[in-house]
Amino acid sequence: MNEPVLEIRNLNVDYGLGDQAVHAVRDVNLTLHRGEVLGLAGESGSGKSTLAYGLTRLLAPPGVITGGEVIYHPEKADPYDVLALSDNNLRKFRWAETAIVFQGAMNSLNPVHKISTQLNDVLQAHEPKMSAHSRNARCREMLKLVGISADRMDAYPHQLSGGMRQRVMIGMALILQPQVVIMDEPTTALDVVMQRQILGQLIELRERLGFSVIFITHDLSLLVEFSNRIAIMYGGRIVEEAPAAALYRDSLHPYSAGLLGSFPALRGPRRELSGIPGSPPDLKGMPSGCSFHPRCPKAFDPCSEHIPVLGRPDTTDGSTRTVACHLHPAQVPAGVSSPGER
Amino acid sequence: MTIPTSSIDQVIPGEGAMAQPEAATPTKAKRQRFRFLANAKATTGLVIMGIYLLFAVIGPWVAPYDPNARSNDLVAPPSGAHWLGTTHLGQDVLSQLLVGTRGVMVVGLAAGIAATIVSVVVGVSAGYLGGGWDDTLSALSNVFLVIPALPLIIIVASTFENAGSSIVAVTIGLTAWAWGARVLRAQTLSLRKRDYVEAARASGESTWRVIFFEILPNLSAIIASGFVGTVIFAVSTEITLAFIGIGGISNWNWGEILFWAQSQQALSQGAWWWFVPAGLAIAFLGTALSLINFGIDEFVSPRLRSAGKTKIKTASGHTVRMRVGFTPVLANTAAPRTHAVPLPINLNGATPVLRSSGKEGAQ
Amino acid sequence: MKYILQRIAFYVFTAWAAMTLNFFIPRMIPGDPISALLARFQGQMNTDAIESLYVLFGIDKDASLWSEYVDYWKQLFNGDLGLSFSAFPTPVSEVISEALPWTVALVGITTVISFLLGTGLGVVAGWRRGTWVDGVLPVTTFLSSVPYFWLGLLAIYVLAGPDSFFPSSGGYDAGLVPYPDWAFISSALQHGILPALTILISSVSGWILGMRNMMVTVAAEDYITVAHAKGLPERRVAVAYAARNALLPNVSGFALALGFIVSGTFVLEIVFSYPGLGFLLFRAVGAKDYPLMQGIFLIITITVLVANLLADIVYLLLDPRTRKEG
Repeated sequence: MNEPVLEIRNLNVDYGLGDQAVHAVRDVNLTLHRGEVLGLAGESGSGKSTLAYGLTRLLAPPGVITGGEVIYHPEKADPYDVLALSDNNLRKFRWAETAIVFQGAMNSLNPVHKISTQLNDVLQAHEPKMSAHSRNARCREMLKLVGISADRMDAYPHQLSGGMRQRVMIGMALILQPQVVIMDEPTTALDVVMQRQILGQLIELRERLGFSVIFITHDLSLLVEFSNRIAIMYGGRIVEEAPAAALYRDSLHPYSAGLLGSFPALRGPRRELSGIPGSPPDLKGMPSGCSFHPRCPKAFDPCSEHIPVLGRPDTTDGSTRTVACHLHPAQVPAGVSSPGER
Repeated sequence: MTIPTSSIDQVIPGEGAMAQPEAATPTKAKRQRFRFLANAKATTGLVIMGIYLLFAVIGPWVAPYDPNARSNDLVAPPSGAHWLGTTHLGQDVLSQLLVGTRGVMVVGLAAGIAATIVSVVVGVSAGYLGGGWDDTLSALSNVFLVIPALPLIIIVASTFENAGSSIVAVTIGLTAWAWGARVLRAQTLSLRKRDYVEAARASGESTWRVIFFEILPNLSAIIASGFVGTVIFAVSTEITLAFIGIGGISNWNWGEILFWAQSQQALSQGAWWWFVPAGLAIAFLGTALSLINFGIDEFVSPRLRSAGKTKIKTASGHTVRMRVGFTPVLANTAAPRTHAVPLPINLNGATPVLRSSGKEGAQ
Repeated sequence: MKYILQRIAFYVFTAWAAMTLNFFIPRMIPGDPISALLARFQGQMNTDAIESLYVLFGIDKDASLWSEYVDYWKQLFNGDLGLSFSAFPTPVSEVISEALPWTVALVGITTVISFLLGTGLGVVAGWRRGTWVDGVLPVTTFLSSVPYFWLGLLAIYVLAGPDSFFPSSGGYDAGLVPYPDWAFISSALQHGILPALTILISSVSGWILGMRNMMVTVAAEDYITVAHAKGLPERRVAVAYAARNALLPNVSGFALALGFIVSGTFVLEIVFSYPGLGFLLFRAVGAKDYPLMQGIFLIITITVLVANLLADIVYLLLDPRTRKEG
C-alpha cells in the first residue's frame, strides 16, 4: 500500500505567459500509492482539475506547465518522469498507464462515431497487433464489465442515457488495464442514485483489477465515503492531506473544516451546517501569505505575510498527514520527508 | 466537534473576500468592452472603413476632374496629370473612383440597414413569439435563404425602367435579410429561456419592454455582425449590377467603371489602370468589412481569439508551440518555484494554544 | 427518412414560393413593356403562343388573378415557359436547356472541387493554428473579398490573349458543333479552365476560413481532449475526431454559399462570354426578353434546390443524430 505509483513534485501550472499569467497550480506535491483511492477536493477554481490535466499534459492553451516533475512507477520497470517524455512516448503512456474519466459524460464521447469505434480506437492505437476479432471481443468484455449489454456496441452516444455514457467512459478507461485512473467529477452531471451506483461499481472494479484512483470532486461527502486519503486544494495549493477518516474526524486546516461543515454528516451526530464566508480567490490577484487568510476565521498576523509550508504537524497521527497552516507549523516539511523514495 | 474559534480572530471574516469580487466585476466588464477595440483585426478593419467613409464624404470635392469631363488623352496610362490614367473618352479614372465612393457606400449602408431592420423584426419575433409565428417566419426566411438572390435582384431591378440607386438598395435589402434573421432567431430562442428574461416576463413586463430592454441589448453583437455581413453582400451585389449595366447610371459606381472598361476593350488594349484600381478598391472594402466581422466573431466566441504568443521558449532553450493535447512544459525540475516559509521562531509563542486544540480533536 | 421527407416538403414549398413570386413580379412592373414587345411580333406569332404569354405576364386585364394563377400553373406543368423574344420564335425551355448543362458543369465541378480543397486546407489551418499557416489567412480574406468578375477580368488580362493557350471567351471553338466527340470536349475543357480557376480561387477562401474557424471551435470540445488522452495518433485525432465534427456546420452552410457561388458564376460567365445561364440572363436583360429572364430564374432556383437536397442527404449520412433511431 505504501509503494508509490505516481509522484507529483512541485508541479506548477500557469494560464497565459509573462505578466498576464495566472498561477493555477503552485508547487503541488502529491503521492498516489499503489491501489489506493486518493480524493482531491476543493471549490471550483481551486486548481484540482488543472492539476489532473496538467500531470498528463492535457491542458488546452493557454495552459503551460512552468515547472515540476511527475514520476510514474511502472509495475515492473524503472520509474520515469512523465513530463519529460517525447510526444510519441507520451502517446504510448496515455491511457495505457494513466486513463482519465472526464467531467461531463455528455461531451466526452465523439457524437459522430459509434461506441464500438471509439473503444476500438484505443486498442488500435495501443495494441496494433491485436486482431479485429479479439479487439471486438475485448470491447464487448469491457462493456459487460460496466454493466452495458453488448448489443449497445453499435449505438451512437446520443442514443445512450447520461449514466450509460459515463459507464462507457469508465469501461473505456479500463480497457488497457491502466495503473492509474483519474476521475474528474465523474458523476457530477448524474442524479444521486446513479452517482452512488456508478461509484460503488467503480470501487468494486478497483478491488478486482487493482488500479489506483485519483478522484476529483467538490463533493467532500463522496470522498469521505469512497476514498482512502483526501487532499484538499485551495488557491492552487494543497492545504491539507490526510487519511479520509482522520480528515473527517479532525480536520486541521480551517478551510478543510469549512468544507466539511458545508454538507450534512453521513453518520454520527447531527451538526450545524455552516458555509465558508466569501468566495474563492481570484487567481489573478492572489492574497499574500496564506491565500485563505481573508476568509479564514482563525487568521492571525503571519497568515497575511508568510506562505505556510505543507508539512507534518505535531499531532499524534501526524506521521500520515500533512497540512499547510500556521496554526499547525510543520515539524518536517513534506518535500524533505521522503528523500529515499527516488 | 469543529475546531473551536480561537482567540486570535483578528481578521474580520468576509471583509477581504467580500471586497474582492465587488472590485473585480467592474474592471472585468471594462476590460471586455475595450477588448473589441484592442482586437487588431477589428481595428484594422475600422481604420480602413474610416478612410472609405472619409472619401465617401469628401470624394467629389477632392476629385481633380469632373468624372464625366472628356479630354483628348484617350486611354492614357497613369501620368502626373491623370494619376490613374484615363478612359476611352479621356475621363479621369481617379476622379471617377473618388466620386463613385459615395454611391457605393450609400447604397451598401442603406441596403445593410434595411436588411438588418427586416432581419431583427423577423428573427426576434420568430424567436420570441414562438408557435405559429415562429413556423411562418422561419419558413419565410428559409425560403429567402435558398432562392438565389442575384438572379432575382437582376430580374426585379431590370423590370424597372432605369432603376435608380434607391431601388437597387431596397431590392438588395429585401432579399438579403434571411441569414441574419435565422441567426437572430436561434439566439433569441436561447435568450428567452434565460433566468433574467423569465423573471422580467413573470413580473408582468410588456412584451415590447422585454424585447427592447432584455433581449435586444444582448443581441447587439450578432446584429452588428449581421449588419456588416449584409453590407458586404450589398456592396458586391450593387457593383455586380452596375457591372452588368443595371442601375446606378449616373453616380460612377465602381461597377460602372468596370462596365465601361470591359465593354470598351480595356483588356485587349492593355489598359490595366482602368480596371485594376476599381477592383482593388472593392477588394479592400470587402477585406475591411470582413476584418470587422472577424473581430466581432472573436469577441462573441472567445475560442476563436488567437492566444497571442503561441511559441514559447523553455528553460532549456527549446521553442515549443502551444497546442491542444500537448501542454508545453517550460521547466522540468522539481525545484519549488514559490517559497513557502516556516514561521519565524519568535511567532511560535502564539501557537501552543492551538496546537493543543489539534490534539484534543485527535483523541 | 423522416428528416429527408421534411426537407423535400420544404423544398417543394420553396419552389412553390419562388414560382408564385415569379408570377407576381411581372404584374408589379410599372408600365407595360410586354404589350409593346408583343405588338412587334404580332404577325409572326400564332394565337397559342400569344395566349401563353398573356397568361405568363397577366396582360389579359379581363381574367381574374386567380384564374390567371391557375392557368400559369397548368402551363408550368406542361413545361411551357413561353417564347423567347430575343431568340424568337424558339421556346424559352429550349433556349434554357441549351445553356443549362454549361452552367451546371462549370458550377457543379468547381464547387465540389472548391469545397473539398477549401475544407481540406481549412482542416490544416485550424489544426496547425499558431504556426506559419496563420499567415495565409489574411491572403484568403482578401481573395474572398475580390469580386468574381474582377478576378475574371484580371485572369483574361494576364493569362488569355490571341497567342495564349487560354481562350478569353466562349465555351468552345466557334468552328465546332456541340457534339460529344474528342475535339469538342477538349475544346470545351480548354475554354472552361480559366473560368473554373477563377471561381476556384474566389470561392475556396470562404471554405478555408469557415472550416478553419470550426476546427478551432471544435478543438476545444471535450471529446478532442479525450481523444488526446486516449493516446491516439495525431492524424486520427485531427481527422476522425476534430475534422469529422467540424465538417457538419460547413456542409449545412452549403445552402447559403451555393446561392452566392451561383450568383458569382453568373457574372463570371458574362465576363468570359461563357454559353451558360448567366450569360443568357445577361443577354435577356439587354434585350428585355422577359419570358427568358423568368424562365432562367425558375430553372436556376430549382437547380439550387436540388443541390441543397443533395447537401442535406450528405449531411444525413454524416451526422448520426439526424438519423432516426432503429
